Amino acid sequence: MSFGVASPRSGSAKAGADTMEELTVEELRAKYGTGLDVESDENMLLSMGPQHPSTHGVLRLLLELDGETVVNLAPDIGFLHTGIEKNMEAKTYTKALVMTDRTDYLAPLSNNLVYLLALEKLLGIEAPPRAQAIRVILTELTRLNSHLVWLGTHALDLAAMSVFLYCFREREYLLDVFEMCSGQRMMTSYFRPGGVWRDVPPEFEPAVRQFLEFFPARIEDYEALLRDNPIWLERTKDVGVISADDAVDWGLTGPALRGSGVALDIRKVMPYSGYDQYEFDVPTRTEGDVYARYACRMDEMRESLRIVRQALDKLPEGPVLADDRKVVPPPRAELGRSMEAVIHHFKLWTEGFSAPEAYVYQAIESPRGEVGCYLRGNGGPKPGRVHFRTPSYVNLACLPFVARGSFVADLVAIIGSIDIVLGEIDR
Amino acid sequence: MGVEQKLGEMGVVTARLEDMVNWGRTNAMWPMLFGLACCAIEMMSTQAAHYDASRFGMELMRPSPRQADLMIVAGRVSRKMGPVLRRLYDQMPDPKWVIAMGDCASCGGVFNNYAVVQGVDEIVPVDVYVAGCPPRPEALIDGILSLHEKVRGEKMKDWA
Repeated sequence: MSFGVASPRSGSAKAGADTMEELTVEELRAKYGTGLDVESDENMLLSMGPQHPSTHGVLRLLLELDGETVVNLAPDIGFLHTGIEKNMEAKTYTKALVMTDRTDYLAPLSNNLVYLLALEKLLGIEAPPRAQAIRVILTELTRLNSHLVWLGTHALDLAAMSVFLYCFREREYLLDVFEMCSGQRMMTSYFRPGGVWRDVPPEFEPAVRQFLEFFPARIEDYEALLRDNPIWLERTKDVGVISADDAVDWGLTGPALRGSGVALDIRKVMPYSGYDQYEFDVPTRTEGDVYARYACRMDEMRESLRIVRQALDKLPEGPVLADDRKVVPPPRAELGRSMEAVIHHFKLWTEGFSAPEAYVYQAIESPRGEVGCYLRGNGGPKPGRVHFRTPSYVNLACLPFVARGSFVADLVAIIGSIDIVLGEIDR
Repeated sequence: MGVEQKLGEMGVVTARLEDMVNWGRTNAMWPMLFGLACCAIEMMSTQAAHYDASRFGMELMRPSPRQADLMIVAGRVSRKMGPVLRRLYDQMPDPKWVIAMGDCASCGGVFNNYAVVQGVDEIVPVDVYVAGCPPRPEALIDGILSLHEKVRGEKMKDWA
């Protein structure tokens, strides 16, 4: 291990190749030999990624091509494997929370929420109504945030560059809102066991209301750039068609499933955090192509705005943290008056709280689909096992079947429309 | 750069070659479009309308290492990604620079475990480290400006 800063052109930096494994195309082919069934000499083998601008991260695809047509492909994942699930076992329940932000880095608050809902289920506590409403508002803003990145990069992949610039302009506004609440733009860890870190600041409500004011027109702007654009239509319509039956068989969730006409939304079928109190529709399309998935997400953004508006209108007053002193640390003011509070404070910040020997599963609707958290307590202050059922991982598995027979250029559109995040796939 | 006053009637400016070359290098330093994880999203923000890295001569991010001068390692580098990263670095033409963006690329960050390379300086030489998890776009821009300062001070005898 060398920590010295070498001169850029001295060439003295040690390549770590001796300890790291690198697969060649041939080895990969041997590994996926059964998957690649057409093996004539005419066909060409092409490695796409892990450094490729349109694989949305470090995904590597091994393509077998007949001219421009994809005959077969095998995804090679793991280039971003971070050991998050294993690392969480070495941390207390509260500290493990920061790891969840970094799985799906486009929707950190959704991951916070699914982990905390699982944890709260395990501990048998519930966040107070105000905290739940704040959680709903912020996860819906996270959904918008994630969809904005998706739309920007998806359009950029298909050569519509200006959409990217507009999407990131609105995203900056949302990041400012997150920063206002938590002090961080992206990895907020704002939700905590039993509620949220602290109450939202007074500027929060006017800022979100202003966003609700101007954002619907911005969605119209994005659609005006794409909806009637012949290039966009040519690249997305009838490309990467997934039938409803296949979508269900492959276990797709989220907009990838709803674009094929199956109206499954965890917020409707297994409501959490009080989603049953809000009125919203589940947008679906029946075509199942890239355009249908695009249209679903655009409609979803409007539905998210509806939810945020309702939640903001009836935001209840009250505490934002549960009052279970075995889990939630006492407020600072109590420490000067109560010996018990001092003991709780000390125990919670040194050892943490313990969870019973039991296991739970909790699913929520993240921007990409059903993200689930399996959490097993072992009686101590650290989780026995944490596992995430991530929608990107499951949705990616359909890619070889969907992309067969399409052009390489269409493959880019299909990857964009499935909206994968590699951090979530590899964890 | 106020060169007009120095031109004189002959339309000639005298300067040291070092200064001219370094000036050119800092004002057209194309980064490689190479994102790994969370930091890549902030790198995209830096490139997008609000922060606009074009102001620093970075209009274009090149996906091909052959056309890039600067590698911004944005995110955690896994053991599997390490050799790929080194190959990309080797494919970049000289002169080339590396910015380690964020805690993971600088030192492993919160991921002190079996899967993550504890700092990208184990694999490639790093010029500037940018702290943060992820760093704000302003922090990345500050890192880029620090690198520019470093490049302006480079000596001809070290170019080789």
